[in-house]
Amino acid sequence: RETRAPCPRRPAVKAVWTRICSYGGLFYCCWCLKRKTSKRGGGGAGAPEATVEPGSFLPSGSPAAGSQDDNWGETTTAVTGTSEHSLSQEDIVRITKDLEDSVGLDCRRYVTRTIAVILGLLVFLTPLAFLVLPHILWPEKLQSCGTACEGLYISVAFKLLILLLAVWALFFRPARAGLPRVFVFRVLLAVLVFLFVVSYWLFYSVRILDSQDDNYQGIVQYAVSLVDALLFIHYLAVVLLELRQLQPCFSVCVTRSSDGETRHYNLGQLSIQRAALAIIEHYYCDFPIHNPALLSASKSRAAKHLAGLKVYNVDGPGNNAAAGMAQSQSRAMIAAAARRRDTSHNELYYEEAEHERRVRKRRARLVVAVEEAFTHIKRMQEEEPKKAPGDVMDPREAAQAIFPSMARALQKYLRTTKQQHCHSMESIQQHLAFCITNNMTPKAFLESYLTPGPTLQYGKDHWLGRRWTLISEASVTNGLKDGSVFVLKCVDFSLVVTAKKIPYIQMSEEYIDPKSHKFVLRLQSETSV
Amino acid sequence: MSFVPGKPVTAVVQKIEIQKLRQGDNLILGFSIGGGIDQDPGQNPFSEDKSDKGIYVTRITPGGPAEVADLRVGDKIMQVNGWDMTVVTHDQARKKLTKKKEEVVRLLITRKSLEEAVKHSKGCHPRQ
Repeated sequence: RETRAPCPRRPAVKAVWTRICSYGGLFYCCWCLKRKTSKRGGGGAGAPEATVEPGSFLPSGSPAAGSQDDNWGETTTAVTGTSEHSLSQEDIVRITKDLEDSVGLDCRRYVTRTIAVILGLLVFLTPLAFLVLPHILWPEKLQSCGTACEGLYISVAFKLLILLLAVWALFFRPARAGLPRVFVFRVLLAVLVFLFVVSYWLFYSVRILDSQDDNYQGIVQYAVSLVDALLFIHYLAVVLLELRQLQPCFSVCVTRSSDGETRHYNLGQLSIQRAALAIIEHYYCDFPIHNPALLSASKSRAAKHLAGLKVYNVDGPGNNAAAGMAQSQSRAMIAAAARRRDTSHNELYYEEAEHERRVRKRRARLVVAVEEAFTHIKRMQEEEPKKAPGDVMDPREAAQAIFPSMARALQKYLRTTKQQHCHSMESIQQHLAFCITNNMTPKAFLESYLTPGPTLQYGKDHWLGRRWTLISEASVTNGLKDGSVFVLKCVDFSLVVTAKKIPYIQMSEEYIDPKSHKFVLRLQSETSV
Repeated sequence: MSFVPGKPVTAVVQKIEIQKLRQGDNLILGFSIGGGIDQDPGQNPFSEDKSDKGIYVTRITPGGPAEVADLRVGDKIMQVNGWDMTVVTHDQARKKLTKKKEEVVRLLITRKSLEEAVKHSKGCHPRQ
């Protein structure tokens, strides 16, 4: 048979390799650039904030392929407050906000998803393509496939199925957070998979398609080896993404800046942004809800300290430099405050004792009212003679029926403990209906009002739409180190996080023979002789 | 009066000779002992140092051979017939005192008043 038309020109091997190297170099360069730009001093405002940077995933501007100078990130001029073309911090923030509004966060998520889908399709269709292409392109030259070959077909099919399930389990999970920077390990794995598949295609196209190899069994084994290697890469992904951070390595201390609540957690080897994510998730379940009403007392005390003193400048205006005057003023104020007889500690002590007494009184009234209210209803048994339909109530109605008898006591208690904004009437009735349905005792119903619970327990408006900002001096894709400090800022307060390394534990063993446990009575016996 | 392991024990002792009294089949001495290395030294009311595990006289039967021989309650027995009593168990001490073949026991005992008497005499009459 006549040979068919020559295949379209494929790029020479050298050009393809150049392209691969350029892509690799591109990723490396943007990674370096991200690291270096994060380490430079920000525009006169101290540590730069790693807020959402929509353009950070893809490199801004496309550098020339293949001729990247690896050091170009290092010679980038840092923007400081003293350079000629200086941008103040507000300008940078404004520009970022404009970018945000115009480009939008979803763009980044869609780009990520598209790339993931393309890569997935490439990975899954490649072995099938390897198997199918020889049949399409040179069917008559192909050696027939024996039983060993068919066995290999089955193994390819099942391995692909396992790979599909494994990828679905590991990667296709709903995203639980939007982090400021890309997840370095995922990017590296994606690059690795891409290079791997491309190199396999390269070999296939040069050695098999070009030369039209007729040993079909060899081709099938080649496809099987590709799938095996992909399964091993997936194993590598599991180890890097899931297993590596399980072993606890650091003990982090998380303190809330508004009221000093502190918790300690054990984390493994994570990057700073992933550690921040883990800490925020722990925050939502462990920390009691932030209650700004409880902080007003200390603020008023602080205001009273400062209000008591007034500074007069006897020498006349304009004599000292402004800085010197401010310093001497504050020193004078501190000295005067130290000498002054301050009785505010007395007031604090008595006020707190009085408040404690009032809270306990209200609590006692509340407990009694709720217990009494709960005795008004009981669950209807099936065997009871049917009551009139007006008497039988569903949980919501039952809750509404007994709520008024306890409403006043509950409201007074919440006002005394300054929790009234956390609970609305509707939420209280819902909770009451819930407790009645589940046969809870009055004590169980009251528990959520007597002690402040974690944030998620309260209505959605307390935590929905909350945005967290990660402030860190080191790049947020760096790993946690001993002594790392970073701050998670929210609108009302911030969480200050310090990491300490768990020390190396040296343990030795001591063997005790079970027969060596012997005892004697401690006596003072007296014998007559 | 207690010992420091490895160092020699020095004490001012008094020799007391007790004739055993025969009562039926037994030879009795007329006192009770307490202490020993297998006993709890903290419960000893007579010792100065509560870690002293020596043998102490805890009771004297009135009119018995021990009282006749001027043994007193609270005396620490250092030797019985040449056998050491400072590092013995309670039972060993009892055995050494109640040997059926011996009719006489010669004790070396020490008490606080002896030490004080020696000190007093040394103090009043300085060495010449």
